[in-house]
Parts: sequence; C-alpha cells; structure tokens
Amino acid sequence: MREWQEIHWILLLVLGWIGLGVTGLFAARWFTFVTRVLFPLGAANGLLLALLALTGMMTGPQEAILPFGLPDLPFHVRLDALSAFFLLILGAATAGVSIYASGYFRREQGASPGLHCLLYHVFLAGMAFVMLANDAYAFMVAWETMALASYFLVISEHRHAEIRRAGYLFLLIAHVGSVGILLSFGVMAGSTGDYTFDAMRAFDGGTFWATAAFLLALFGFGAKAGLLPLHAGLPGADVAAPSPVAALMSGVMVKTAIYGTLRISFDLLGTRLWWWGVLVIALGLITALFGVIFAAVQSDMKRLLAYSSIENIGLIYAGIGLTLVFHAFAMSNFAALALTATLYHCINHAFFKTLLFLCTGSVLHATGERNLGKLGGLIRHMPWVSWLALIGILGAAGLPPLNGFVSEWLLLQGFLFTPGLPHGYLNMLLPIAAATIALTAALAGYTMVKFFGVTFLGQPREERLSQARDVSRLKRIGLLWLASGCVLLGLLPNIVISLLEPVTSLLVSQGRQLNAGMENWWLLAPISEDRASYSPAIFFGGILLLIGAAYLCIKHAFPAATTRGPAWDCGFPMQDGRMQDTAEGFSQPIRRIFSPFFRRTCELPSPFDRQPHYRNIVEDPFWYWLYLPIARLVDLVSRFVAFLQHGRIAVYLMYSFITLLTLLVLTR
Amino acid sequence: MNLHALFAQLLELLLALLLAPVLVGWINQCRAWLQNRSAPPLLQPWYTLNKLFRKEVRLADNASSLFRAAPYIVFSCMALAAAVVPTLSTELIFSPAADAIALVGLFSLARVFIALAGMDVGTAFGTMGSRREMLIGFLAEPALLMVFFTASLISRSTSLATIVQTLAHSEFVIYPSLAFAGIAFVMVLLAENARVPVDNPSTHLELTMIHEAMILEYSGRHLALFEWASSLKLFAYSCLGIALFFPFGIPESSGFLALFTAGGTMLLKLIGGGFGLALIETLSAKMRVFRAPEYLGTAFLFAVLAMLVHLLLETGA
Repeated sequence: MREWQEIHWILLLVLGWIGLGVTGLFAARWFTFVTRVLFPLGAANGLLLALLALTGMMTGPQEAILPFGLPDLPFHVRLDALSAFFLLILGAATAGVSIYASGYFRREQGASPGLHCLLYHVFLAGMAFVMLANDAYAFMVAWETMALASYFLVISEHRHAEIRRAGYLFLLIAHVGSVGILLSFGVMAGSTGDYTFDAMRAFDGGTFWATAAFLLALFGFGAKAGLLPLHAGLPGADVAAPSPVAALMSGVMVKTAIYGTLRISFDLLGTRLWWWGVLVIALGLITALFGVIFAAVQSDMKRLLAYSSIENIGLIYAGIGLTLVFHAFAMSNFAALALTATLYHCINHAFFKTLLFLCTGSVLHATGERNLGKLGGLIRHMPWVSWLALIGILGAAGLPPLNGFVSEWLLLQGFLFTPGLPHGYLNMLLPIAAATIALTAALAGYTMVKFFGVTFLGQPREERLSQARDVSRLKRIGLLWLASGCVLLGLLPNIVISLLEPVTSLLVSQGRQLNAGMENWWLLAPISEDRASYSPAIFFGGILLLIGAAYLCIKHAFPAATTRGPAWDCGFPMQDGRMQDTAEGFSQPIRRIFSPFFRRTCELPSPFDRQPHYRNIVEDPFWYWLYLPIARLVDLVSRFVAFLQHGRIAVYLMYSFITLLTLLVLTR
Repeated sequence: MNLHALFAQLLELLLALLLAPVLVGWINQCRAWLQNRSAPPLLQPWYTLNKLFRKEVRLADNASSLFRAAPYIVFSCMALAAAVVPTLSTELIFSPAADAIALVGLFSLARVFIALAGMDVGTAFGTMGSRREMLIGFLAEPALLMVFFTASLISRSTSLATIVQTLAHSEFVIYPSLAFAGIAFVMVLLAENARVPVDNPSTHLELTMIHEAMILEYSGRHLALFEWASSLKLFAYSCLGIALFFPFGIPESSGFLALFTAGGTMLLKLIGGGFGLALIETLSAKMRVFRAPEYLGTAFLFAVLAMLVHLLLETGA
C-alpha cells in the first residue's frame, strides 16, 4: 500500500461531492435533511479541499492513475501548483456558496432541492476534475460533465421559455468551444496518438502547429470564459440560473477556462511566440471595455454582474497576454509579475463576484425583484446584506484597501514595465494599453456605485419593499466568509503572493524572488521598493486612525445636537421614490458617450401623450453582426443537407451501400 | 523609520489641515479682485467651518448609517491624500504606503463614498449629483493615471517620493512630455475639484451643480467635514501639481532648516498656483454637463500624447 498523498485525499473529496449529490437524489423527500445537512457537508468538503490544495501547492507534482474510463484508456490525474491553486479557488468559494445555498432553497418552490443537490455537486466535482485531469480524454469527460451539469442547473426553472432559450444558447456556445478544445488537443497529440498531457509536453510540432493549437485553445476556452465575441451565452445563463449556481458559474466556472488557457499555453506547448501575447492582450482589453460598458447600462441586477464578470475575464486575459509577451522575450521576472497579477485577479474575482451574486440572490428572495428600477432603500431593511454587498462592490470597483485594487495595481505595474521590451513598436503601444485598464477600472467604479446606490440606498421605489427581511443566519455565514475573503486578500497581499510563488515558478520560472518588500510583511513592493510600493495595512490603518481622530475630536469639541426631519431637496415639498434616478437614468451618460457600442431602440412619449409609454432597449450589437448571420448560414446549409433526406428506407440503404463501397475502394 | 520622517509627516499633515481652507480663501480672494468685486477675508472658509461645526445636525428622516459615516470617511481619505503627497520632504512615513496609483485609488474611494452618500436620502438632486460626479470621475481618472504614468516612466518608478527626487534632484533636463502632462493635469484638477469650466463651486442652480448637489442634504458638522475635505482635495491636487511640475526646492532630507525653507517655497508656489487657478476660472465660462466628456477626453488625449512624446523622444533607445 502506497502512502496517501494530497492528490488521493483530493480525489476522495471529489468523490465525496458526488456521494453527497447521489444521497441528495435519494433523499429528495426530506427537505430539511437535504438543505441543512447535505449542503453544509458540501461546504465542509469545499473547505477541506481548499486546505489540501494549499498544502498541495507547496509540494511537488503528484500523479495517479484511476482505473476508470475505457479499456486501455485510464484517467490520468496530476496535482501540481497550478491545478492546486485553482482547486483552492474552487474550494474556498464553494465553502461560502454551499453554506449560503443551504439557506437558499425554500419548500414548495422551484425545482426540488434533491435534484439540485445532485446537479450542484456533480457540477462541483466536474470542475475539480477538470483541474486534476492529466490526459485529454479525462479532461474532456470532466469538461463535458461540468458543462452539462451547469446547463441543467441553468434551466432548472425550465417552464419559462426565456430561460430555456438562455440555457440553449449557453449550451451551444459551450459546445462550440469544446470542439475547439478537442481539436487543440488533437493538434498537440500530433501523429503519436497518445493523448496524455505528458506526451503533449514532450511533443514538439513546430511553430505552425503550436500556433494552431494555441489559437484553437484560445477559441475554445474563450467561449467558456466569455471572451469577445463569444460572450453572448454567459449573461443570459447567469440571469436564468438560481443565485448560488450563478455565483459559482460566474465566479468559479469561468476560471476553469483560465486554468485551461494557462495549462495549454505555458505547460503543454513547448514554444511561445510574442504575438500570441499581443493578440491575447488586445482581445482581453476589448472584452474588458465592452463588458464594463455593457454592465454600466444594465437594469437587471444579475445581468449587470454577469457583464461585470466579462470585464474581469477581459482583465485576466490581458494579464495572461502580458505574461506571454514578457515570457517570449525571456524577461522572466516581469512575466512572473504579470502572472501574479493574473492569478491574484482570478482569486479576487472568485470572492467578490460570488459575494455579489449571493447578495443579489438575497435581495431577489426578500423582494421577488431583480429589476433595479423597482428596488431601493434596502439598507434600512436588510443591513447585513447591504453592508456586505458594500464590501463586494468596493472590491469589484478596484478600490483600495480591498482586494480588487491589489490585482489591478499589480497589473498596471506590469504594463509600466513594457517600455523595456526589446521590440520597436510593442514598447510604445503596450504602455498605452494601460490607459484602457485605467478606463475600465474607472467605469467599474461607476457601475458598482450604480448597482449599490440604486438597490440599497435612496427611497424604496415600490411599496412592498418595506416588508423585505434580512437574510437568515446560514446565509449570513456564507456571505461573511466571502466578504472576509475580500478584506483579507486586500490587506495581506504579501502572504498571497508568496503562496503564488510555486505557481509562477512552475509556469515562467522566475530568477529571483518577486517581492522585494518581503522582509516587511506589510509592504508590497514588486521588483524593488524604489520602483513602486503599496502597503494596504498602513493605508487602511491610516484611514481608520484619521476617522477615529476626527470622530473623537469633533465629538468633544463640538457636541451639537442631531435632529431628524424631512429631507430638504432644495425646498421641494412633494418628493417620492419615483423622483430618484432609476437605473436607466443613472446610466444615461454612458449610453450617450458610448453610443457606438450599443444597438439601441428608444421610444420617448411626446409631452402631450395621455398614456405615455417609455421603452428603452439596449442590445448587444454582436448579436446582429455575428450571431444571427451565422445562425442564418447554418440554417441554409442544413436546408441543403435536407436534400438528402427523403424518409424512404430504400434511399437510406442506398446511402449506406455507397458509403461502404467508397470506403472499400479507399482502403483497398 | 526615523524621527525626522515622523516629524515631517506630522508637520505636513498639520499644515495641510490648516492651510487647505486658507488656499480656498486665497483663490476666492483673487477671483473677487480679478472680477472687480470686494473680496471676502482670507480666512473666510475657516469662519464658515467654525460656524458649521457649531450648528446642529439635521438629518433626513430616512438617512442611513452610511450617510452619517460618509463625511468621516471622505475627510480622512482626503487628509491621507494630502499627507501622502511629498510637499515638505520626500522622506515621509506614509510615502511607501501609497504610490501614485494608490493615490488615484484613494481619490476614487472618497468619490465613491461621497456619491453613495448623495444617493442615500433618495432625493432627485442627490442622485443627479452622484451620477454626474461619477461621470466626471470615470472620465478624469484615466487622464490622471496617464499623467502619473508619464511621470513614472521618466523616473522609472510610481512611488511619488522617487518621482519628485528624480525630477528635482537629478541633472536638469527639459522634458517636453511634462508640458503636455501639465496641461492634462490642470484640466483634470479643475474638473475633479468642481471648479469653473466643469462645475461652479458658488452656485446652487440645479442645472449646473454637481458637487453641491450631492451634499445638499448635509448640515452642521457633517457639512463642515465635507467642505474641509473638498478644500483638502484641492490642496492635495495643488501640491501634486507642484510636486510633479515644479518640484524644485523639495528637500530630500527632513532636517529642521530644510523643512523650514521647503515650507517657505511651498507657500510661495501655492500663492502663485492659487492666483493661476483664479485667473483660469475668471477667464473661462461654465460648460454644459454634456460638454464635460469632450473636455476630459481632451485632457486624456493630452496625457496620452505626453506619454507618446516621452516614449518617442526621451527614451533615446
């Protein structure tokens, strides 16, 4: 009997998730058992997974072979620093989401929690297995398991035609992407016919085939991650799915695509060209800008968050591209910096986006409303959700001292090193690209102020909002877990970066230690302290100190009374909730400034209209430029194929006969 | 961490807190003179602050705790910003804590809180002001970052102290890129501090106001904190302008004599800068809100141009 290593325990935990799911299916009748026992057990499982992954990151790669699968094709699994890091994200985020989910399901409403329990845990196990797989076959099986489970979760409210449509689109794009991934693996396996990753690492097919494999993988994983122009499936799916599932899809599932991209471009492929990086940076930045502009004009809470995920994915891809560029020019320290920023943003996004999706779910449950235009003033009825959501939006807006800022800071630092690139145009164009990141970050702030301000602040826009109740204790634990993750990731960047070091040295093998300020735990100073430094702890401490000092001084020196009265509003007496900005009003400047980005139909009533009707629809132009033409083309081709179909058995037999004959002639 | 740095830091914070309202008073005085009016006293902002601190706080019925916390948060963000900018010395306690990018983050943290506070009571004016403030903010922030990036590409650092040291103490070089960056910076300064071409600090006309609309519901000590915070913001921006474009005279050490002369030169520069701001405000007219994107887009282009000029002409590759 061999010794049990982390990888075996992790496999056991993955099996545990499946076991929980199956138990849930058989115990579907016992509502309390499923929600109060199975889901918290799943959360504990996730937490254990995160801990094991953490220790797994420190040890070297571990491999195992599972006796499942087809004969002669066993599943190879491998745990190295990269997969352990993504398992850590999965486990840590799942711990919060699962605890929340146990308080989420309600009796007699929606699909049965037993079925959900099965799909949810199979989904989790699928994601974990994607990160563990060490051959193309196991990878694709896990990838499809994940895609199908998430599809069934998305359409759990399948009675609405809209949700079925969203699910279909999601599945379609995911599968178009899978084809790309499969072909990419095919190219990398070359003529050897050996589909293990080890064989792919050893195989060197030259620049052309490497490029082909890379582009196919970029396409395939981009479809899953929502990279432009393959982003259309995600927002609809996130809106349709139940909130915990949407949180996992947006926060964690898209990270499997990031994992795949990193795995293929830095591990499996032997050669890397600099222009791949430029391509990825360009795609990433366009995606980020597009995502944030669309997020800013959404009026549906979940759709807004989904577009914001597209933005973050864009930033992550920009980081990957930057890493590729630095790596191709053998500047491994800067490549390590860019990669650190990328990975840091992955884990940050997993935390704040799941937190925000769960807050949205709480609002949805308490009010039955997802439309920002019908919410408002919830901070007075749901203080827990509101204050935790505030942490989430500060993280998502990339504001210090929370987590989103650290990764954006690192990414900007990375871009500021690009003038040193030994290439004539790149060293001028790439620093300018940093401007796009700055604009994206600023727009993210706008979007998040809109999201929080319209939902939680102001006066309630509907009567019934005053009956909204705050979340239950279980949900509160889940939210608190994720929010404290946001705060800690923001305040302790050095610890996180030192944890990331095995991953960066695995992928880009940097020469010396990245963080020069490492001896001071509070100071983040990549490359050197003169160059740039940021200390969230002092920053936060300074703000707290000043707040405290100001508060105490004013309290003692000027103890004036505080009274309450109606709002002043420049003396206007008849104000109600309808006079505040709606979500659409708030985003009006964005619609105006970035009008070329949208396809927009707007009906404004005339001032004399007795029954005024206002309609404003902002649509994705890609839908009309790209998706519908392709759909029409497919329609046309399939109509042509329909020529072959006659419905008579004799004709089909003839087809088979001709095919057989042709094959015989060819193989003779 | 030495005592001199601590002393310089405390002195700088104290000076910022004391001088910021005076700077606003000075600009108002200059404006009045340039417009042939009789000027209010130099210390008028301090008199106003004193009055506001003593008044009772009247909160709207539905104001939440975020509404009450926001003035303190915004005030301390601005105080920290004023403390981070190296004006008296480049050797400060706080300067490794926040570089140029973190400083921009600090400004936007304050902006987010002031905008959220504006939306909290739920009046038409408050939300309108918040929306406009965020609009100005997201347009100005990239331009400001680009200005910083130009300066940090010159000095190969984003740390403000290193930037100032490079610009002030290395051998004298004329950087054409800094001229463009300077224009962009002044444009951003005017927009971010609610000064004339974008906003008017002395009006309560609903069509034009941005900053004032957000703090319309505030009274008493809360309002005083906001007023103080906005004067601190103007002060921090002015000091930034001085540090980036006229850094001559900011000492590397923080000895007593050095601090004294640094304080003197800073005062002179602030007096000059304040007069310049008043001149710009007198000579220009308030724009419509929807001209603001064009205005700030121009600022952004200038900043990008500055960066390109630096990369093309000054790197000497």
